[in-house]
Amino acid sequence: MEQARTVVEMRNITKRFPGIVANDNANFKLSKGEIHALLGENGAGKSTLMNILFGLYQPEEGEIFVNEQQVVIDGPNKAIKLGIGMVHQHFKLVHPFTVTENIILGSEPKKWMGLAVDKKTAYETVGNLSKQYGLNVDPYAKIDEISVGMQQRVEILKTLYRGADILIFDEPTAVLTPQEISELLIIMRNLVNQGKSIILITHKLKEIMAIADMVTIIRRGKIIDSLPVSGTNPNQLAEKMVGREVSLKLNKKDAVLGEPVLEVDRLVVKGRQGLNALNETSFVLKRGEILGIAGVEGNGQSELIEALTGLRPVSGGSIKVNQVEIAGETARNISEAGISLIPEDRHKHGLVLDFPVRENMVLETYYQPQFNKNGFMDYDAIDKHAERLVKEFDVRTPTIMTEARALSGGNQQKAIIAREIDKNPDILIAAQPTRGLDVGAIEFIHKRLVEQRNSGKAVLLVSYELEEILQLSDRIVVIYEGRIVGDVKPSETNDQELGLMMTDYKQPQGGLNIEQTD
Amino acid sequence: MNKLIKAFTKDSAVVPFIAIVLGLLVGAVIMLIGGYDPLLAYRSLLDKVFGNPYDFGETLTAITPLVFTGLSVAFAFRTGLFNIGAEGQYIMGMTGATIIGVSLHLPWYIHAPLAVIVGALFGGCWGMIAGYLKAARGVNEVITTIMLNWIALHLANYIVNDYLLEPGKGRSYMVDPSADVTIGWLSRTLDDARIHWGMFFALLAVIFFYVFLWKTKQGYELRVVGHNPDAAKYAGINVNRGVVKAMFISGTLAGLAGVFQVLGVFLNQAVTASPTGHGFDGIAVALLGGNTPVGVLLGAILFGTLSYGAAGMSFGADVPPEIIRIVIGSVIFFVAAPGIIRWTIKRVFGKKRKGEVI
Amino acid sequence: MDVATLGNMLNTAFVFSTALILAALGGIISERSGVVNIGLEGLMIAGAFAAAVSAFHAQEAGYGAWSPWVGLLAGALFGVLFALIHAVATISFRADQVVSGIVINFIAAGSTLYLVKLLFEGSGETSLVDEVFHKVKIPILSDIPIIGEGIFNAYPTTYLALILVGVIYYGLYKTAFGLRLRSVGEHPSAADTVGIKVLRMRYTAVLLSGVLAGLGGATIAMTTTGTFSHNTISGQGFIALAAVIFGKWNPLGALGAALFFGFAQSINNVLQLFEFAANVPSEFIYMLPYVLTILVLVGAVGRSKAPGALGEPYFQGKR
Repeated sequence: MEQARTVVEMRNITKRFPGIVANDNANFKLSKGEIHALLGENGAGKSTLMNILFGLYQPEEGEIFVNEQQVVIDGPNKAIKLGIGMVHQHFKLVHPFTVTENIILGSEPKKWMGLAVDKKTAYETVGNLSKQYGLNVDPYAKIDEISVGMQQRVEILKTLYRGADILIFDEPTAVLTPQEISELLIIMRNLVNQGKSIILITHKLKEIMAIADMVTIIRRGKIIDSLPVSGTNPNQLAEKMVGREVSLKLNKKDAVLGEPVLEVDRLVVKGRQGLNALNETSFVLKRGEILGIAGVEGNGQSELIEALTGLRPVSGGSIKVNQVEIAGETARNISEAGISLIPEDRHKHGLVLDFPVRENMVLETYYQPQFNKNGFMDYDAIDKHAERLVKEFDVRTPTIMTEARALSGGNQQKAIIAREIDKNPDILIAAQPTRGLDVGAIEFIHKRLVEQRNSGKAVLLVSYELEEILQLSDRIVVIYEGRIVGDVKPSETNDQELGLMMTDYKQPQGGLNIEQTD
Repeated sequence: MNKLIKAFTKDSAVVPFIAIVLGLLVGAVIMLIGGYDPLLAYRSLLDKVFGNPYDFGETLTAITPLVFTGLSVAFAFRTGLFNIGAEGQYIMGMTGATIIGVSLHLPWYIHAPLAVIVGALFGGCWGMIAGYLKAARGVNEVITTIMLNWIALHLANYIVNDYLLEPGKGRSYMVDPSADVTIGWLSRTLDDARIHWGMFFALLAVIFFYVFLWKTKQGYELRVVGHNPDAAKYAGINVNRGVVKAMFISGTLAGLAGVFQVLGVFLNQAVTASPTGHGFDGIAVALLGGNTPVGVLLGAILFGTLSYGAAGMSFGADVPPEIIRIVIGSVIFFVAAPGIIRWTIKRVFGKKRKGEVI
Repeated sequence: MDVATLGNMLNTAFVFSTALILAALGGIISERSGVVNIGLEGLMIAGAFAAAVSAFHAQEAGYGAWSPWVGLLAGALFGVLFALIHAVATISFRADQVVSGIVINFIAAGSTLYLVKLLFEGSGETSLVDEVFHKVKIPILSDIPIIGEGIFNAYPTTYLALILVGVIYYGLYKTAFGLRLRSVGEHPSAADTVGIKVLRMRYTAVLLSGVLAGLGGATIAMTTTGTFSHNTISGQGFIALAAVIFGKWNPLGALGAALFFGFAQSINNVLQLFEFAANVPSEFIYMLPYVLTILVLVGAVGRSKAPGALGEPYFQGKR
């Protein structure tokens, strides 16, 4: 490794956006043939740095060297010319097009003096590339018809087709199933073995430990450290990433369990494609309990939440709240029955961003007699209500007339939590409640969830972050392909074991055995 | 007072104001190029409108349908819908009023209200079709309302031609006097300008618009649906029903515009080959008025005045009155693309405010 | 009904359809790039106006049979001029595409009438052009029964429209330009990341739609009317829009739709030939394109899928 040539060097890069410095005098070095992880929290500036390298942003200060030549990368075209390719987190694929059409787009092979696309050559080239790197992609398939994992491979092929030697992967595992993750890691290894160099943007320590050679940690725009993975450990990396010692322990007393408050029995729910997203799922949630639902994204969690809140029809089984059947009820009746939801996507589902805070505070209760009379809204009562919640939950907003849009992410989330907890629900469903927030807001929210449980209510925590699940839950059920495949106590398990369950341990090629394949 | 000043210095008030100025300027430049005197033209426009009681009254008559169609489009906008169909709903409103007005003979206190209600319902139902197609089949309302405009035009022609036609006139029979909603004494004070009760209903509609959307439970629901249908579902609001309801109300407002044109102004319905333009003017009024009730009222007054006064321009300054279409078109253009205004301001005043994005 | 009548009907249908075909092709190119174009009506008005005026002047200047060609050229140019307004507003300044389209219709109608009155001393109509297009028989082909009279005895503009259908179909589906144009309309940021200039593509597409819709308007002035007034174009632009949707954003589909709608328009002239249709009020025939379009959108007559990013402005550098 020491002998390897430096293929990319970024020196003293500074990039400012209105209000923040996204990259502050950042240095980054990539050697040939290595997998180099770029680690940081949400908003730490890792994507910005890589977007600069790919020419999507221009830095205010700093220099970039590619293959030891100083370069100015003024757009993706230039980056591509320099042999840099990017596999975007949100795939940039044209869905009605075929795999090949997507790959050749912008650099099409032509015939008849440029008057037509040479489709035959195109399909052959793509087929050969796919074979060469073991990607196993059908050049003739339409994007609509292939899986997410395959779509990612098309993205990889796009960069290879353009002759990329340096590949940037932006959070590549976020949308993949465990199998797909393990296959991706093999592919990445394969690429490096054939002379490519890879930058892996991620905030997942496990991936870094499994695959990366080097890791560079970025925090609030500053590069904190750059070191070989072999000489570090997850705890050290986490500390560097967050900036202080990270305790995975949260102060909470033992759970005092009460009556079952939510009983889900052999629930069947159809997903978007009409297949069963939930397959006879059963679990019980008791008063005084935080039940964590662990699983890889896309294993039925969204459908479960939607079924529990009345947004998705139930095809079979039962959901009982306090012994009363609620399956198939309307969202409003379920809300009245005692279920509240902190939705996963707060902008899409949680708030009306154009509305002032006060109107957002009554989103689910506006129809109740305390907020309106004879069909007219009682804004005096609504204002009092909103003022109280803002105070109690420390929502930082200039006034209750401020549009929700103007609040920071953390305060928007606090506003939602205030509204939902104030409904005094027997069951509070928290879906990814801390996604994209800074550490302070995360701690506040965790505290509130624990308080809720301490007061004899129940919390159902759905999260894709194992750390969060382990830290908060009193009990954990693992969901895999719409089934509950595990039921454990956090004190009696660890993320290794949970990880195996999440990938369904009955199958030998679990996502964590990847080190051995190298 | 401070609040008042703030309200007028906000982007929402500045942009329309500058847009109007720029629109008038565009008109002036075009007149100059054509060899006309724009100052004389604009003065003739105002002379026409304020010159005598009759023309002043007729200007009010011209403003009234614009208030209704403007409110119609603005209401839909507020609930997340783009109602390009105010034209068709207007035509259907006319047709409903004409059918009742022409074919029945009842005591006035039954006949006139009945004609108004039936016309309004015609408009409302016509709007509801687009709402239903959106709610039930997910069809974008822009295209359906455009198509429904033309269907309404031909359907109305069919009804008038085949059932209501006064032989040899190219229009329906005259509306029975018992369904007439003109205000005789007021008309007479304004030299027989066609003043009718619809004007007062237009003002009532402005108030209704505000109270309904911002003070009632149903209004709150529709606004949530309009701004964030996903959040509305989470909040237990029936989004599809909201869309249909919103399009019904929007259509009713546009329908009322047509109703009062028939019962208060023309007293008949003509067979026409092309749309009247009132629906499209409504889009202009709503955009200019920022979809607020008072804004719509002011926008309608402006466009109504310009349109009616245009005749004065051709009389007083020999300018083809179509120039006013260019002026109105430019005003909407500038309102719709505020980036152009900001860009212009930046060029003119040369200073860039922080964080400003075009 | 005999063979000659059928040929005649087909012939009339083509006359009505030509303008629809051209404008619909313009709509397809614009919408395939992601820019809604409900301003087709306005662009046609601009084209018809420019054609009538310039052909009249060309005729006065002694261009003779070339005059209508001058008219076509001017129609295309004027169409581009108005399309440019649409492009600047929607692409550079990200104005709402629907609103901008409405404005185009508004301004085109107003400004052309203003200019007519300015140029023709207060008259609401341009002076009649004598030198308009005449039907051209194609030797041999025009001797084929029915379609010979129906298709191969048409105005030069009809042949032009048919050729353009082929050219644009080929361009959209076989060339790199077409692939890129469609990618910009489906997923602009995907196109951007592979180095395609999204805004430039959209400008090109919208300006091309101005050329085509302008030509569409011009053909009406240069074949059927010979003049321009406020009702030369009344609704054809919207029928063309209907043809875009009914034809599923595909040039061949739009050709079929435009022919069908043209047939429906012309059917009125020959309606009395059908006994069964004699009782159908003409208004229902006029409604047909619009009703069918709604049925298509509802999914009752096959599905029609709009380009993925239709109506969405594109911000460069936005993730």
